[in-house]
Amino acid sequence: MDLDFTAAEDAFRTAARAWLTENVPATPLPSLETREGFAAHRDWERRLAADRWSVVSWPEAYGGRGASLLQWLVFEEEYYAAGAPGRVGQNGISLLAPTLFEHGTEEQRARVLGPMATGEVVWAQAWSEPESGSDLASLRSTAVRTDGGWLLSGQKTWSSRAAFADRAFGLFRSEPGTDKPHHGLTYLMFPLDAPGVTVRPIGRLDGKPAFAELFLDEVFVPDADVIGEPGRGWWVAMSTAGNERGLTLRSPGRFTAAADRLTALWHAAADPGDTALRDRVADAVIGARAYRLFAYANASRLAAGGTLGAESSLNKVFWSELDIALHETALDLLGPYGTLADGADEAPAHGSWADGYVFSLAGPIYAGTNEIQRNIIAERLLGLPKGRR
Amino acid sequence: MRFLLTDEQREFARTLDGMLGAFGTPAVVRAWAAGEHKPGRDLWARLAETGVFALAVPEAYGGLGPLPLELAVAYTELGRHAVPGPLVETAAAAAFLDRLGETGAADAWLPRIASGDAIVGLCADGAPFALDADAADAVFVVRGDTVCRTEAHGPVQPSLDPARRLSRPLGGTVLTRGPAVTAAATYATDTARLLTAAQALGLGRALLDETVGHVKRRTQFAVPIGSFQAVQHRLADTLLALEFAQPLVHAAALALARDAAGAGPDIAAAKVAAGEACHTAARTALQLHGALGYTDEPDLSLRIRKARPLRDAWGTPSECRARVLAG
Repeated sequence: MDLDFTAAEDAFRTAARAWLTENVPATPLPSLETREGFAAHRDWERRLAADRWSVVSWPEAYGGRGASLLQWLVFEEEYYAAGAPGRVGQNGISLLAPTLFEHGTEEQRARVLGPMATGEVVWAQAWSEPESGSDLASLRSTAVRTDGGWLLSGQKTWSSRAAFADRAFGLFRSEPGTDKPHHGLTYLMFPLDAPGVTVRPIGRLDGKPAFAELFLDEVFVPDADVIGEPGRGWWVAMSTAGNERGLTLRSPGRFTAAADRLTALWHAAADPGDTALRDRVADAVIGARAYRLFAYANASRLAAGGTLGAESSLNKVFWSELDIALHETALDLLGPYGTLADGADEAPAHGSWADGYVFSLAGPIYAGTNEIQRNIIAERLLGLPKGRR
Repeated sequence: MRFLLTDEQREFARTLDGMLGAFGTPAVVRAWAAGEHKPGRDLWARLAETGVFALAVPEAYGGLGPLPLELAVAYTELGRHAVPGPLVETAAAAAFLDRLGETGAADAWLPRIASGDAIVGLCADGAPFALDADAADAVFVVRGDTVCRTEAHGPVQPSLDPARRLSRPLGGTVLTRGPAVTAAATYATDTARLLTAAQALGLGRALLDETVGHVKRRTQFAVPIGSFQAVQHRLADTLLALEFAQPLVHAAALALARDAAGAGPDIAAAKVAAGEACHTAARTALQLHGALGYTDEPDLSLRIRKARPLRDAWGTPSECRARVLAG
């Protein structure tokens, strides 16, 4: 067992750091949950892609660097330590792309991945429906067969990034009346500006349109935009669902960077006699360290030919609660300045924690609620008898 | 990087686990708590045969170490089986004596520690009580920059964990004093913290395993209580705490092996996480076993009682959290 990086990994770190030092904008971009910020972040994706830093883990043929999981973790550490902007392309890169690599056709990969890597096409996820959240298999939107493709109808909601994104991906019921709810679903990609699509932005807690409702009325999608076999969408989606809960959505880098900022805030501002607050700062720092090491252990396991299954539920609960702890502790340290919302004149002088705080609050809700994740942990990892939901 | 235990390390853990399971450790714990040290001494000798104590002692003194990671692996298994005695203190004493300089104490005691012949107590970090001084062949007490070898101890005080027998060290002759003592004590305290964390991790794992087994068997309202969501979530949280504490313990051991002077914060972080995870596991075990968990007779009680003292030994959570931030 060791924590020593290879010369190649060190070189990768050095190269990433050098590029980031040169290129990270000196002033933070506006929140990507605003139209102005979305555009600015799209530009940032383009800049990343120009030097092949936007999708480092992809094969070189698709604009990546063929980076190993460990190199990707290293890149993310450097990325967040450098204070680089949040990734507007994240939904596509971490959710859709792995699915395409596993289940897509050559043609789909050639057509979709390039513009995704450059930010030219930003993807929104369209999983949830008004009556279908964590119980995803209960979804009711339909895909009906037509000449050369499918007609999508129904309603999707809480669709992240959809207020400003270009295209979306999601599951649709293509075979009504199947015995089991997760049978007869099809995984499709569709444009958000197509005839029959209405996008209604939804404000999250701070009012920013971070997601949207999508109303679909016989939206035509060609066969070329079905991923995997029609009717097998559940398995296509689930084969990469672990990505969302697991490592690739929430790399340790963002939490170690936040923990470093929190530590600096503590040393700069805090009353050393406030041991209750001190203990919370320490716990958040310890949590970020634990998460990083846990990720290294998982990366080592995968590199050694192992697999991760229900373990991604452990990850999901841990990072989502850690994220809230980091941000809430920072707000407590800031006292009255902690209530300054994103965009306030004085917020940058106090570390701009508000946007991250609001974002963190969603963590235990999306990607399968933490309650569902705890059920998965109990039943699949501890082997407890299945309970009634 | 390969942040996974090697096959050899995992095999070593399995061997220890098997040996301790076969030895009938609960009876040893009960005897130790009653002040009967013979079964504990026998177990200590068996542990020495597997090389556990040699891992704490440098090769120059007949040991195999110091090997902090292998020690942490071993102490996780000792914790899993709630093995009694000053296990942590003996390994920490080895670390202390090795760094003390020329006093003759290293020559006298380290080979005996490595072979399992000597049980050694160590009292540092301002601790008022020595652990198991009544069973120890020697107890070293550090106060400031001075170390004494004590000759006697006060009466054994009842303790929350009866298998942790506490007494005040008395008298003693000064062995040496000076900055080397302080430096050696810091290193010994870090070693003790690491191994306490490892013990807590193993103890917590055992508490979780036992409780998972119980909630699968125990039925109420005609179904296993493990099917209740409230029970499931509590156990899921316990597993979470343990799973994320483990890499901290292993990384802290690597840090101690590589750079003893800089390992303090890593070790303190591991101690907090493992201690709290173990304490969570004990509270969960108690709650989910119900009145059975609140009863002395089942062997479960031996583990439940250990969790809280381990959480606080060699640096309370608050002290360790301060150390994490002090850097």
